[in-house]
Amino acid sequence: MRVERVTKRFGEFVAVDEVTLEIERGEIFCLLGGSGSGKTTLLRMLAGFERPTSGAVYIDGQDMSSVPPYARPVNMMFQSYALFPHMSVERNVAFGLEQERLARAEIRDRVAEMLELVKMTPYAARKPHQLSGGQRQRVALARALVKRPKLLLLDEPLAALDRKLREYTQFELLAIQQRLGITFVVVTHDQQEAMTISSRMGVMSQGKIVQIGTPAEIYERPATRLVADFIGNVNLFEGRVVESVARGNIRIACQEIGEIEVSSREEGPEQASRALPLEVQPGATVWVAIRPEKIELSPAREAPGGATPATNCVPGRVREVGYRGEVSVLLVQIPSGRLVRVTCPNVGGGVGPRVARDAAVSLLWHPTSPVVLTR
Amino acid sequence: MTPFADRTGRRLIAGLPTIWLVALFLIPFLIVLKLSFSEMRLAIPPYAPFIEWRHGWPVPALHLSNYAFLFTDPLYVRSYLYSLRVAAVSTAICLAVGYPMAYAIARASPAWRTALLMLVMLPFWTSFLLRVYAWIGLLQNDGLVNHVLLALGLVHRPVRLLQTDFAVYIGIVYAYLPFMILPLYANLEKHDPELLEAAADLGARPFRRFLRITLPLSLPGIAAGALLVFIPAVGEYIVPSLLGRTDQLMIGRVLSDEFFENRDWPVASAVAILMLLLLVVPILLLQRLERRALEAPK
Repeated sequence: MRVERVTKRFGEFVAVDEVTLEIERGEIFCLLGGSGSGKTTLLRMLAGFERPTSGAVYIDGQDMSSVPPYARPVNMMFQSYALFPHMSVERNVAFGLEQERLARAEIRDRVAEMLELVKMTPYAARKPHQLSGGQRQRVALARALVKRPKLLLLDEPLAALDRKLREYTQFELLAIQQRLGITFVVVTHDQQEAMTISSRMGVMSQGKIVQIGTPAEIYERPATRLVADFIGNVNLFEGRVVESVARGNIRIACQEIGEIEVSSREEGPEQASRALPLEVQPGATVWVAIRPEKIELSPAREAPGGATPATNCVPGRVREVGYRGEVSVLLVQIPSGRLVRVTCPNVGGGVGPRVARDAAVSLLWHPTSPVVLTR
Repeated sequence: MTPFADRTGRRLIAGLPTIWLVALFLIPFLIVLKLSFSEMRLAIPPYAPFIEWRHGWPVPALHLSNYAFLFTDPLYVRSYLYSLRVAAVSTAICLAVGYPMAYAIARASPAWRTALLMLVMLPFWTSFLLRVYAWIGLLQNDGLVNHVLLALGLVHRPVRLLQTDFAVYIGIVYAYLPFMILPLYANLEKHDPELLEAAADLGARPFRRFLRITLPLSLPGIAAGALLVFIPAVGEYIVPSLLGRTDQLMIGRVLSDEFFENRDWPVASAVAILMLLLLVVPILLLQRLERRALEAPK
């Protein structure tokens, strides 16, 4: 599916702004963004419920601009499921096939097959109001999949589920997708969800796509401060480039964390160019993004000579400790007054967090950990 | 507030409408019921007293002769059947006319909706009687409709429109249309637009969407509107009196004639009670519908 420079305006308000993207067959593509980012509007344009103000949507090379929703090889799973309340589960799932005027026997078989796939066969005769939220969702999924669409659109599929059910359903969705090979486009505001299920994702903000990539690419190599901040947690520091040392290293002077040296990971020239901006002039302003899990904690130490080591290290005092079972989330105050977020796995056999409040510590990180951003 | 004051207050609030209903509805109803079992007398009041004295003992005088009379004289049976037919046809016309109107109002933008609903209810601000009289002016032989038909050359002599079933249908539909539109609108307005989107997404074209989603979901509204028109239309008096046939009367007029012209209060009361019995089933249906609407989820 291809979206070319699609824009949607509602009066003065621009909901989707010149979005271009391509989705491969068989992949799970997530549109991730906050409220008002335009992701749902974009999804609705793929479904045919909104017409682009300008730009075009192509499916398998065919221009869909004048094709109404009932004629597109696309089906949607709505956030509220939109199950027909006056029809049983079976009739709900059969509805789409009935519109195709298939033989009754074939409809029955395909409906049964789909109900089996989503594990709702014993509930075939029930009405939607007799089902739980998770069950309704499975019916909605079956109803959308039974028509074997080229593209399945999912609008916040896991939003209404509780935590345990959400995790379970994530993997179920993945399994079903792999089994059927249908291309999924998922809209969500939940980054966990996006990272877990997508093969590629697009981060949207204010109607524009800010970055497209695999979950790992987006997490480890955010293109902008916005993306870095939106996905997961991050510590952002402003700095000035001191010098570019060869093609692999940059030395940056940050007011808050002192002088740091960032080097690319040794993974080949392509990776190197994405870890660090290709050309940064000395004196340019940049931002350094360091993820909490990449910061190591060690007891405050002094280098021989009495001075604390300067590069890629900063002293601090632990202000808040949040024990989360698997990890502890710490807020460490550094000399500039800033609170740096650090995540430490709770290793060893102790009970409770491994670091106490008010402890004096040193924050250290590997030179390949930070990401340097120019915007 | 003390428990005593609270309880007394609650009893008072519930009690006042109850007293009103008992005094102004239940008691008159019981009087009519009693009358339907009495015998007619040329006296004032024109019925035999309820308590007869036999051998010095008070005995209630209950005669079923009035009811027997209703079934033997064909006038009454025919009037009941005619009333049911007129009410049914009027209800059907109201549905055919009112459904598109309610649908259009439900789909209008909020600003328009208020205006349109006001327009539907505006006729109630004027006198019902005057509005029916207006139709006489429109339908009579030298009335507006005939003028237009003659002017357009569609007819060469005035068409007889008054004193026909046709005129009664017009009158009843005109008067009762809001009772069909409002419950239908109340139902249609609550429909989830996403259901129609889902149906479209699954391949249904606009007409199919209406047939398989909107129509079935609007059935409770249709039933409510139909009953709200049918039940009072059966006993309708003014419209058939002013616009209707003279050779076949509706039961409301029969009852009135019996009461005022024949001065046969007992038979008139029997007519009323029998009419109520006829409508018991529709009234109970309406009650069940309303209760189900109250208890419905969401």
